[in-house]
Amino acid sequence: MTVALDHGPDSVLGDRILRVAILAVGGQGGGVLTNWVVDVAERNGYRAQSTSVAGVAQRTGATIYYVEMCPDRGRQPVFSLSPSPGDVDVMIAAELMEAGRAIIRGFVTPNRTTLIASSHRIAAVSEKIAPGDGRASSHEVEIAAQKAAKTFIGFDMEKMAVEAGSVISSSLFGALAGAGVLPFPRESFEATIRESGRGVEASLRAFALACDEAARRQGGDKMGAPQPPRVEHASAAPLPLGGQPESEDSRTDGPAATRAGEPVGDERLLAQWRELDRRIAALPEVVREMAEPGLRKVVDYQDPAYGAEYLDRLDEALTKDDAAHGFVLSHTAAKYLANAFCYDDVIRVADLKTRSSRSARLRREIGVRDDDVLKVTEYFHPRIEEICGAMPARLGRWIEARPGLATWLDKRVNKGRHIRTDGVFGFGMLWVIGGMRRWRRSLLRHAVEAEHIDRWYRLALGTVARDYDLAVEILKCRRLIKGYSDTHARGLSKFDRVLSALPLLEAQDDAAGWLRRLREAALKDEQGTMLDGALQTVASFAGPSFTGPTQPPEGTAGSAPAA
Amino acid sequence: MAERSFAKEVQKLRMGAGEEFSGEGILAITKALLQCGVGYVGGYQGAPISHLMDVLADAQDILGELGVHFEASASEATATAMLAASVHYPIRGACTFKSTVGTNVASDALANLASGGVTGGALIIVGEDYGEGSSIMQERSHAFAMKSQVWLLDPRPNLPSIVKSVEDGFELSEASNTPVMLQVRIKCCHVHGKFVAKDNKRPPTTVADALSNPRRDTGRIVLPPASFLHEKEKVEKRWPAAVDFIRSRQINEFFGAATGRIGLVLQGGMYNGVIRALQRLGLADIYGDTEVPLYVLNAVYPLIDDEFLDFCEGKDAVLIIEEGQPNYIEQAFGSLLYRNGGTTRLLGKGYLPVAGEYTGQVMLEGIGDFLRDQAPELLPDQIRAPNRAEEEPDPAIDLAKVVPGRPPGFCTGCPERPIFAATKLVEQELGPHHIASDIGCHLFSIMPPFDLGATTMGYGLGPASASAFNSPDATRRSISFVGDGGFWHNGLTSSIGNAVFNQSDGVIVIVDNYYSAATGGQDILSSRAANKSKSTKHPITEAVKGIGVKWVRHIDRTYDVTKVRDTLREALTTEEKGPKVIVASSECMLNKQRREKPLASKAIKGGERVVKPRFGVDEDVCTGDHACMRLSGCPSLSVKTLDDPLRDDPVAHVDHTCVGCGNCGEVADAAVLCPSFYRADTVHNPTGAERVSARLSRRVIAWLQRRRESRRLVFSGASA
Repeated sequence: MTVALDHGPDSVLGDRILRVAILAVGGQGGGVLTNWVVDVAERNGYRAQSTSVAGVAQRTGATIYYVEMCPDRGRQPVFSLSPSPGDVDVMIAAELMEAGRAIIRGFVTPNRTTLIASSHRIAAVSEKIAPGDGRASSHEVEIAAQKAAKTFIGFDMEKMAVEAGSVISSSLFGALAGAGVLPFPRESFEATIRESGRGVEASLRAFALACDEAARRQGGDKMGAPQPPRVEHASAAPLPLGGQPESEDSRTDGPAATRAGEPVGDERLLAQWRELDRRIAALPEVVREMAEPGLRKVVDYQDPAYGAEYLDRLDEALTKDDAAHGFVLSHTAAKYLANAFCYDDVIRVADLKTRSSRSARLRREIGVRDDDVLKVTEYFHPRIEEICGAMPARLGRWIEARPGLATWLDKRVNKGRHIRTDGVFGFGMLWVIGGMRRWRRSLLRHAVEAEHIDRWYRLALGTVARDYDLAVEILKCRRLIKGYSDTHARGLSKFDRVLSALPLLEAQDDAAGWLRRLREAALKDEQGTMLDGALQTVASFAGPSFTGPTQPPEGTAGSAPAA
Repeated sequence: MAERSFAKEVQKLRMGAGEEFSGEGILAITKALLQCGVGYVGGYQGAPISHLMDVLADAQDILGELGVHFEASASEATATAMLAASVHYPIRGACTFKSTVGTNVASDALANLASGGVTGGALIIVGEDYGEGSSIMQERSHAFAMKSQVWLLDPRPNLPSIVKSVEDGFELSEASNTPVMLQVRIKCCHVHGKFVAKDNKRPPTTVADALSNPRRDTGRIVLPPASFLHEKEKVEKRWPAAVDFIRSRQINEFFGAATGRIGLVLQGGMYNGVIRALQRLGLADIYGDTEVPLYVLNAVYPLIDDEFLDFCEGKDAVLIIEEGQPNYIEQAFGSLLYRNGGTTRLLGKGYLPVAGEYTGQVMLEGIGDFLRDQAPELLPDQIRAPNRAEEEPDPAIDLAKVVPGRPPGFCTGCPERPIFAATKLVEQELGPHHIASDIGCHLFSIMPPFDLGATTMGYGLGPASASAFNSPDATRRSISFVGDGGFWHNGLTSSIGNAVFNQSDGVIVIVDNYYSAATGGQDILSSRAANKSKSTKHPITEAVKGIGVKWVRHIDRTYDVTKVRDTLREALTTEEKGPKVIVASSECMLNKQRREKPLASKAIKGGERVVKPRFGVDEDVCTGDHACMRLSGCPSLSVKTLDDPLRDDPVAHVDHTCVGCGNCGEVADAAVLCPSFYRADTVHNPTGAERVSARLSRRVIAWLQRRRESRRLVFSGASA
């Protein structure tokens, strides 16, 4: 129902009420933008009215602002106080999912609505708390926006604003001007910003960038230049203070970024590295793609000898793999072996936190001026498990075998420790722990991890002959093990529970598919409720003889690391 | 000090006759009060009328000049009881609050006030929190007007109409010796518009004058036999007086053709929505000129019988457009029509939905259907028989499953977040508990990631709502929350006093953020800031002890998650009987930032030593399990994808909006999560000694780093 007959016999023909709605996330400054829209309308001889739904919605929730305007003929028009589905001329969304929300609410229709949306993401709480990747699909919203709107102008206005040292209201206002949907000259928009009085220059910069970009897209280049998947790099410049939440990225499935060439180090180590590099070069290309970063990670984690061990294990997969399968098994093995080899122990954390590159990154990211002092506090909470893990394997096992002693010791060590790594003492302590790297392979934690890797890897490779795809999926289950202490223990338990379904799945046609579904379910929530449901489904088709998910193949509970 | 400063807006209150006032609806009401010579104003903050209270609080100087007394009342009951000043004295008084929650609280005082009646005009401005954006149960204020027989105005939602309603309201109140409620809806409170101002008026009689010349009249006191007479007086004298006033002053308005086969009867507040529907149906122009007869009720109680009957004269059907339920107006008009032998069909609910907000779409469909059925000849051809199918949103586009919900939540750095993180941790140890919630920001605990809280029963009633859960056989205690706002509003007596008296064994957490924060950061008794016109700094712990609680713990930094968790555990497990009260205090971050940020920037520019905290995540230490977010939900703590093909899941990331509250690090510590978080304190303009010591440390550290890195392979770009 959109036949608009807004004018009666007495009114000037063609005078229409323009409806502009703004959807934003609380705290994004939708109010400022609303005031600007009203101001630019009045500046151009229009009457305008704005409304908003404030209240607690402003506390990080989705908020809506609404402006109506029409030429001022000396008489007050009757404006509506809220937008209606199918009755919006311009819809401005300050975040991509809010654009999606506008579409759901029917505020975007193909015969009249110009949708101006910033393509950046601010993840909602529900998206952040999934143990895996819970983020909504930006792509689906973008496709829907193309279909739903008369014109869709979407690009990252948040990034544009931050780079100009301003906030998103400026770039949204620029895009509104550039879209040409309001019959006002660009100069009047700029005058509005100028008179608002705060951060004018930065606002005008962001305005201009977005205005030009929107005009370019409005001029037919609607999709813009093809963009590679976005990945966040640490920005070189400190971000302006008091800015808006920075852009979330979209999922990246693109090829690995090519890394810089050879590492730096002494000749002896470099010679070893070159040897490994030669082995990598001999790998099939698909495998090399993943083995290269994998090897770097492993060598960086420990040393070239550990890298050689990594390649040895990778070779085991290769011998069972072939081009007909596209080397998927080896590609997957290259990825998850690297991650498994680089388990997160105290030494790893201490090492990462004492590197010179980390010190530099911190100062850059925080934006510390040269004459300012940066104090850095690290939060550690060691437990007896970590202490034992960092002991020689026999000693660690000896303590763990004596629960009374372990509990007594735990009481002494188990507490939060805030360590200042800008000071020599705190830094020195971590530096020493990081230096334990050279003994790592004789420590208890390594023994536990090596055994776990071995069992998992053998299970996978042992399955290849029977079911290649299932073997690949078994390798991928390594993704479930992550985090520290309790989270790590939960990950291990999920890993075990997922693999516990293997005996049931073997009889199934699509065993690999089912294992994948189980793994995905395990990544949905913290406690594994979805996983339990999925396991029951598996059990239900496994037949009446089955009595419930079996125990894991072997007890795989390892010492749970935390630093 | 409120969240928003109205220092600029307040100057608009000084405008004189002929000047054009431009601003929010709620500010227009404030100005109108002064133009009416109001003598005193009170109220309790809450959306959508918080700004009215904030403006008045910021306008103390102007009020002082005019001799107007202003109070930030302790509750809506207090605010309404304050109108007692208009019972014997010819002073105009006004109070304001959120409705219907505020009206619920106020109704005791309202009923007493209405019974005895008033001499000076008494105006109650209710912000009707109904429909989109509302945070409360969906009810109508209309019922309160009916039960206490106070008059209810519902003006058209534009500034000149609202301002006129304030003026009319006072006069109506005086003409009928009855308090008057003026109802304004959410969007009307926040609508920006203009009206032509008048001069402010000094009250002819001020409260000071009244105090110097006390009066009393037992006939106005609610006590038998006067109370029996009051009831009769209401219907015999005050009602007819009100009807006369409303009719003679043409409070209700007629638009459109004088005659016609059909007509629309609507609450004033519905007017813009109705006109928009008529515009879209091709029956009104942009100025609202229409041929469809409209009867607009700016006064919805009492109704003017003969006005309505005249309107129905010669009409086949009228549609009553009445938002909310029960449909009191429709019922009253239906009965009136029947008793007078009317033949006009009375329609309303049916074409329009019984419940829910009358949005643009609802109006368009309801009025459209009514016209298609009852007067199709009025409709333009395009509407009656469109060539083109109605434009429906493309059903192929189904984003409902994609777009995540975005309910309001705790702000960045909110001091209440760690309290609920600690509660979640304690529940992980001791199992789930019955948790009673209250009204306030802390109610966001019911949503992810905390998912804590089972009920909310009203402001300050959190612990009261857990009072049944007090059993000697129970193995677990109940936990109840109440905010500082709710505590002072009602909680001290209804919740804490009740728990002491009834020897409740539950655990009560009082969330003290130094303000009535959810309503916009107004000061309350326990606020820590010095307030020129109010007495603050009254500790909650003293009040709690004073009322008889023996087990009281005070946590003065809620960000200490470990301490909050341990205190909660102690409260839940201690042998001691009686209520266990934990007062958890830290300043509302929104207010703190607003107060401190400009000061810090100025200090840094001025060369003073300033420490600015911020949190960060070492992304190569983070494994992407998001356990931290399940205990936080902070807007500045989010996820990001790394440029690393070896990683499947996004890692945690703290953006530059972080205010360094400390929750991340404390939670990581208390929950033994992971060592990815670091706190980075930037010391701006450090002292000389600090600089030297830092330089030395950096030199030693750099030497250690060089030494280590010379013995390993260093990859550029890897693991920074």
